[in-house]
Amino acid sequence: MKERHLQRRILADRLFRGLIIVLAFICMLPMFLILFFIIKNGISVINWGFLVSLPKPMGEAGGGISNALAGSAILVFIASLISIPFGILAGIYLSEYRKARFAYLSRLSVEILQGIPSIVIGIIAYIWIVLPMGSFSALSGGVALGIMMLPVIVMSTEETLKLIPDPLKEASLALGVPYPRTILKVILPAGLSGIGTGVILGIARIGGETAPLLFTAFGSPFMSLDIFKPVNSLPQLVFNYATSPYPEWHTLAWGASFVLVVFILSLNILAKMVTRKWKVQF
Amino acid sequence: MNPTDEVRTGKQRMPAPAQARSGALPAKETTRVRSGAAYGSRTVLSEPVFRRILYLSGISLLLLLSAVFVSLFIASVPAMKHHGFGFLIGMVWDPVAGKFGALPFLAGTLLTSFLALLISLVFSLAVSIFLGEYFRTGIMSSSIKTVVELLAGIPSVIYGFWGLFFFVPAVRWVELQIGVLPYGVGILTSALILSIMIIPYSASLGREVIGLVPGDLKEAAFSLGATRFEVIRKIILPYARSGILAGVLLSLGRALGETMAVTMVIGNSNMLPKSIFSPANTMASIIANEFSEATGKIYLASLTEIALVLFVVTAVINIAGKIIIIKMSVER
Repeated sequence: MKERHLQRRILADRLFRGLIIVLAFICMLPMFLILFFIIKNGISVINWGFLVSLPKPMGEAGGGISNALAGSAILVFIASLISIPFGILAGIYLSEYRKARFAYLSRLSVEILQGIPSIVIGIIAYIWIVLPMGSFSALSGGVALGIMMLPVIVMSTEETLKLIPDPLKEASLALGVPYPRTILKVILPAGLSGIGTGVILGIARIGGETAPLLFTAFGSPFMSLDIFKPVNSLPQLVFNYATSPYPEWHTLAWGASFVLVVFILSLNILAKMVTRKWKVQF
Repeated sequence: MNPTDEVRTGKQRMPAPAQARSGALPAKETTRVRSGAAYGSRTVLSEPVFRRILYLSGISLLLLLSAVFVSLFIASVPAMKHHGFGFLIGMVWDPVAGKFGALPFLAGTLLTSFLALLISLVFSLAVSIFLGEYFRTGIMSSSIKTVVELLAGIPSVIYGFWGLFFFVPAVRWVELQIGVLPYGVGILTSALILSIMIIPYSASLGREVIGLVPGDLKEAAFSLGATRFEVIRKIILPYARSGILAGVLLSLGRALGETMAVTMVIGNSNMLPKSIFSPANTMASIIANEFSEATGKIYLASLTEIALVLFVVTAVINIAGKIIIIKMSVER
């Protein structure tokens, strides 16, 4: 009797262990399936012409994604321009004034900002920029993406700077270096790798965003480098082609997905490598 | 004279000997002085000014958040005036007839999110236990960890695209087998996609809290003859309960606001969903579908009001999750 009870417990233990291992491995499946689908369907259209030519109207063969690449670059550039300096300063504030009441509220704001659904941020950029200016524009899309990128930069800056030991700052101050220079020339460079990782992850986060661009950057079939005009972007091109009824466009969308996924996954892996190699250590 | 000024004058004095050596042409002198000033200009940023800049950028985060809320609120005032409180329980969404009821979208959002949560909970718990208890280090653990983390990086539009070609046919096949209308798209399909998308969020937090369970607690249980399964069930999971809950809340926040993937596979029907197989719309997907084509003040304002609701709900959920995490770290 007792023997059997023991055996049952051991069996339950083994079964559970097996179940956990199987379920954990199932979680890896979607990643491989997604990559498989993208590579199988998208690799055939990838060539130099695909990257440098404009989309063609339905019915014409070929066509590329050059305007979407340029548009994405503009959008990411505007977003970075807004969020990186602002985010780093705010991150310094949060790490320097850890106990201040305002710092607590600011930190909470960052966390809420990070959780705002991307589509809501699109509406915000629409209200703030598209409505007053009267047209969809790359600028509004860039602002929307900038708001999405900001929390990533702030948090990574704060987390990194918190790791830097106080004696480093005290040593600098004791040598007579004024406070602003201590922060900008001693503390910030010491945390550069962490902040860099944050920037990379921020770009990876916004590079694939579509929802905030639907009614800000809007998309366009032409090449446009004017920040006051609508621009196309890579994720939006994927969305438009993927939801179209034409198989030819689906193929283009797979190709564009391939480019997008390679871009974003390599940014993620790069961020991991930066953290591993130049980890802030003291 | 404060220390900052002293250093500044020190910096400005330094170039002087060089000036003297290079032959004091008046023109050159002015450039020297100017470049000296430019060099000094970084230190001109005095401490009070610098601190004020930091302070301002900290406050502006709060301002940004308030501005987001206030603009959404103001922009949805016309809709609030027009519909009153009936908006959220109105069953019919027919912009052409001027009828705006958001209940179908509320239902769609809640159904997809909670279904997704249910599906993903099994898997994210398994990953958390796998990484936090069974395989803390080693190639197996690091590969699963990396892959699951990378899942969070895949853009949602790609999830949607993949879902269209993978889950939609699969769900359609299931629907044919059990004899319901084979749309393929619908609530179940969206929930499946969402469940994959939110695994990384709850898994990473779950792994952390399971890894934090004190070793002596576990060893005490082992020494009393408990099997590993019993230790996990009776020691680890109860101990890590609040952290797991926080992870679930964070992933719920993600699921509620997820837009593109859902928009692509939910079928975009503005009717109240009848079952988990019927096409529907979520709050996020109705905005994505109709906002850029919305004509008329009330129409736009109604969509903005949906966005406002979405914003408030996700904010509350995120704050609740954070409070649990903070409480947890205080208890330890």
